[in-house]
Amino acid sequence: MLLDVRDLQVEFRTRDGVAKAVNGVNYSVDAGETLAVLGESGSGKSVTAQAVMGILDMPPGRITGGEVLFQGRDLLKLKEEERRRIRGAEMAMIFQDALSSLNPVLSVGDQLGEMFVVHRGMSRKDARTRAIELMDRVRIPAAKARVKDYPHQFSGGMRQRIMIAMALALEPALIIADEPTTALDVTVQAQVMDLLAELQREYNMGLILITHDLGVVADVADKIAVMYAGRIVESAPVHDIYKAPAHPYTRGLLDSIPRLDQKGQELYAIKGLPPNLMHIPPGCAFNPRCPMAQDVCRTDEPPLYEVDQVRGSACHFWRECLNG
Amino acid sequence: MVEPILEVSGLVKHYPLTQGVLFKKQVGAVKAVDGVDFALNRGETLGIVGESGCGKSTVAKMLVNLERPTQGLIKYKGEDIGKLSAKALKSVRRNIQMVFQDPYTSLNPRMTVGDIIGEPYEIHPEVAPKGDRRKKVQELLDVVGLNPEYINRYPHQFSGGQRQRIGIARGLALRPEVIVADEPVSALDVSVQAQVINLMASLQSDFELSYVFIAHDLSIVRHISDRVGVMYLGRIVEIGRDREIYDHPTHPYTQALLSAVPVPDPEAREHRERIILAGDVPSPTNIPSGCRFRTRCWKARERCALEVPLLAVPAEFRMTSGPAAHDSACHFAEEKTVVPPEGEGNGPG
Repeated sequence: MLLDVRDLQVEFRTRDGVAKAVNGVNYSVDAGETLAVLGESGSGKSVTAQAVMGILDMPPGRITGGEVLFQGRDLLKLKEEERRRIRGAEMAMIFQDALSSLNPVLSVGDQLGEMFVVHRGMSRKDARTRAIELMDRVRIPAAKARVKDYPHQFSGGMRQRIMIAMALALEPALIIADEPTTALDVTVQAQVMDLLAELQREYNMGLILITHDLGVVADVADKIAVMYAGRIVESAPVHDIYKAPAHPYTRGLLDSIPRLDQKGQELYAIKGLPPNLMHIPPGCAFNPRCPMAQDVCRTDEPPLYEVDQVRGSACHFWRECLNG
Repeated sequence: MVEPILEVSGLVKHYPLTQGVLFKKQVGAVKAVDGVDFALNRGETLGIVGESGCGKSTVAKMLVNLERPTQGLIKYKGEDIGKLSAKALKSVRRNIQMVFQDPYTSLNPRMTVGDIIGEPYEIHPEVAPKGDRRKKVQELLDVVGLNPEYINRYPHQFSGGQRQRIGIARGLALRPEVIVADEPVSALDVSVQAQVINLMASLQSDFELSYVFIAHDLSIVRHISDRVGVMYLGRIVEIGRDREIYDHPTHPYTQALLSAVPVPDPEAREHRERIILAGDVPSPTNIPSGCRFRTRCWKARERCALEVPLLAVPAEFRMTSGPAAHDSACHFAEEKTVVPPEGEGNGPG
């Protein structure tokens, strides 16, 4: 197992109280595998990733429990200097908004080359050559001429390619992509996702794709973890989950998206709003919005029941849900 | 035929690019909208889709008179709104209202919800006399599914979906006939999007509204629209009824756009054909000659660089009455099914 996250817990201390952002998350990724982490805003999907990468703002954030096993080592027990050596070299991250993640006053060549200078101790000149190679690799036209350009001189899609190049620079074993195509137009989104999938195959990397888009997930993922209020409510291979969801929240999400190939009368809408993380409802966090909720859901928090060997659902009534 | 409620012809908006400080001279123009025609019928929803920078939001702003067109006509019930007196224009503006994209920046954080929704009555006092306004605002809150007792709260006390409901209530306050909605759900989470779309659909039948619904999400546009126009670099390249556009597209850009949309069905990924366009959208300051899509089109030939294709039913489909016979601005239009036909996918629901 490349990455194994076990019972991770993260909270934020704020003036108004403690927000429990991540409440016992378990997931794992193998080399060459794509895990999609699906969730709406506030579900804890990005915070989990930040804790794995070691870039969580602490304070106000605090990791209160769990393990992050990367190639067998628990990253949470390492010193900051050791983590820094792993970050970038062995695991890398691609962010949603390339324009604000790139440094506006450094040329893209300098930013790409910095990876080699800092981690590999290369000279500036060699680093520049490598930067051009990388830009070629992610198919930026005229890489040699554009290596001196600044981020604002590139289009959104090209900037996201530079982010991908930067993440790939040191050939990491794991890439975490946090909404990598959300800010892009559909035609460009397809180009970028294709490139990412191709490079992943080539380098046999593990990929964690964090997204809210059920369409993107269906296109690229091997398995899915659906998050709600800081917990994984369903985890399953991608084909199973779309065929028959085993959690009412997953079912609600799938039913509530309009589809290109179908024109419905009225969309199913999950009633209500996601919970405030400072006041997560007792029992199952989804119970106030759930059409199947019974008394037990308001008192007992459901564990991740084993649906089959590769599938889990945190719903007391997963059998009923699975059967529609 | 019944007269359309809103009719747009030859609409153009160019923003001049100038050089020099004291003696400004025009060196070019951003051609945001470059010749758009469409008609909106009473009670119908016209969806306009396109990628960022295609001019769809500029069209929206011109429809509600927030921007003045450089050229072209906007007719409301047959009258050119560019030629109306100030007084007549005011009553037209009352009837065409807008719902904005970002519910976080389009509501004044220092005003209560009651003041925000009631503000249109300050400008058009004839709609609701002073003593009556509070009651009217509470009715509107109820209509959009918010608790009428929230009237004294401030925007920050609401979630994104609730804020968008406030924006919709404000748009409804003057009982308009047309609502122009510019990306009304794109800032919202999936589960909340569905709630707002359902609300807009039910308000349409309750209040007999006509919608111009602008969005980049093709699935949402299909869901809500009767007719759909596809924009590229300031022009409509294809327009027709929703089935015609989604199931029988004839313009290569529409086909590429549709094929790029991820479909939430992993079974579909193996046998779906994807057209991946090369490159980026050209700059609107420097629009390609002839067909503006030719730089990214896999079918482009010499003719495409020389001749601007007109938005009309392509000659080869003119004799047929099938779903491919709709307006498409391409010299080499041909039908191509890119979205798997309905019912073939085995998704849930």
